[in-house]
Amino acid sequence: MKELSLNILDITQNSITAGASEIAITLDEDAAGWLTLVIADNGCGMTEEVLRRVRDPFYTTRTTRKVGMGISLLQLAAEQTGGALTIDSVHESVDPLAHGTTLRATFDTKSIDFPPLGDIVDTLCVTIQGHPEIDYVYTHTTSARTVRLNTAELREVLCDVSLGEFAVIEWIREYLTEQYEAKNSTHNE
Amino acid sequence: MKSLAELAAIKERMKDKVAIREGSGALRVVVGMATCGIAAGARPVLGAFVEEINRAGLTEKVTVTQTGCIGICQYEPVVEVFEDGKEKVTYVKMTAEKAARVVAEHIKGGKIVEEYTIGNK
Repeated sequence: MKELSLNILDITQNSITAGASEIAITLDEDAAGWLTLVIADNGCGMTEEVLRRVRDPFYTTRTTRKVGMGISLLQLAAEQTGGALTIDSVHESVDPLAHGTTLRATFDTKSIDFPPLGDIVDTLCVTIQGHPEIDYVYTHTTSARTVRLNTAELREVLCDVSLGEFAVIEWIREYLTEQYEAKNSTHNE
Repeated sequence: MKSLAELAAIKERMKDKVAIREGSGALRVVVGMATCGIAAGARPVLGAFVEEINRAGLTEKVTVTQTGCIGICQYEPVVEVFEDGKEKVTYVKMTAEKAARVVAEHIKGGKIVEEYTIGNK
């Protein structure tokens, strides 16, 4: 993967496959140059057995083939910068009410091996377009600004109109781009 | 700044169209968005299909959806076109530029772009 935003696009598909109705994607950059990515969902979660093996590139939940590279690739990207990847998960059989998976990856952005974040706005738009029925909460905090998107708020305005409509996706694209382009400001709606 | 009022205006415009759309969508464009597809460049391909189909005014007739890995990773980005009563067309090694041509010639014009299909590789 050439951009971290492509890993995020890929990993988010796991949350979708897990049947999540809510996915929170958080990027947090601290003053020392460490970036923390958290993808948290309320999907079915993983059993301890699956959780133990999920970072093995030769493990996959698929039944048609025996490899699954997504998490391994992200872990590699994090570790190459000196960071790490951890996953916490509660399977629905363990807690039928509060289940889900939280993936956390840290990156040293000062490392020469840090992949550029890339077009995160496009990643979000593609993800929402593909699964507009899910609610997404996106937060990207740096020392200069906080970029936010909460699709539940948009849904209140849209009622029956899908988040996946072209005009809505374009609105979201501009909404996020404007926040990224705003210099040194914290966005407040 | 983008406002929620603007979003409300979009909703008003879309409201009537949504009713018409139910039950239509005779043509389906499916883009492979698994790890293999994404790594090979599926994200801009999907974006190009969505944009070109909208530009061509075909959103009533065509839906663009995403799918996982279909098992021909070496040919990614892979795009399948399903049309009622016709055989599935599989486009391989797609790019945003190729997507624009597929929309213009196949989706809009009804003529398959043979040179991009899997049979031609």
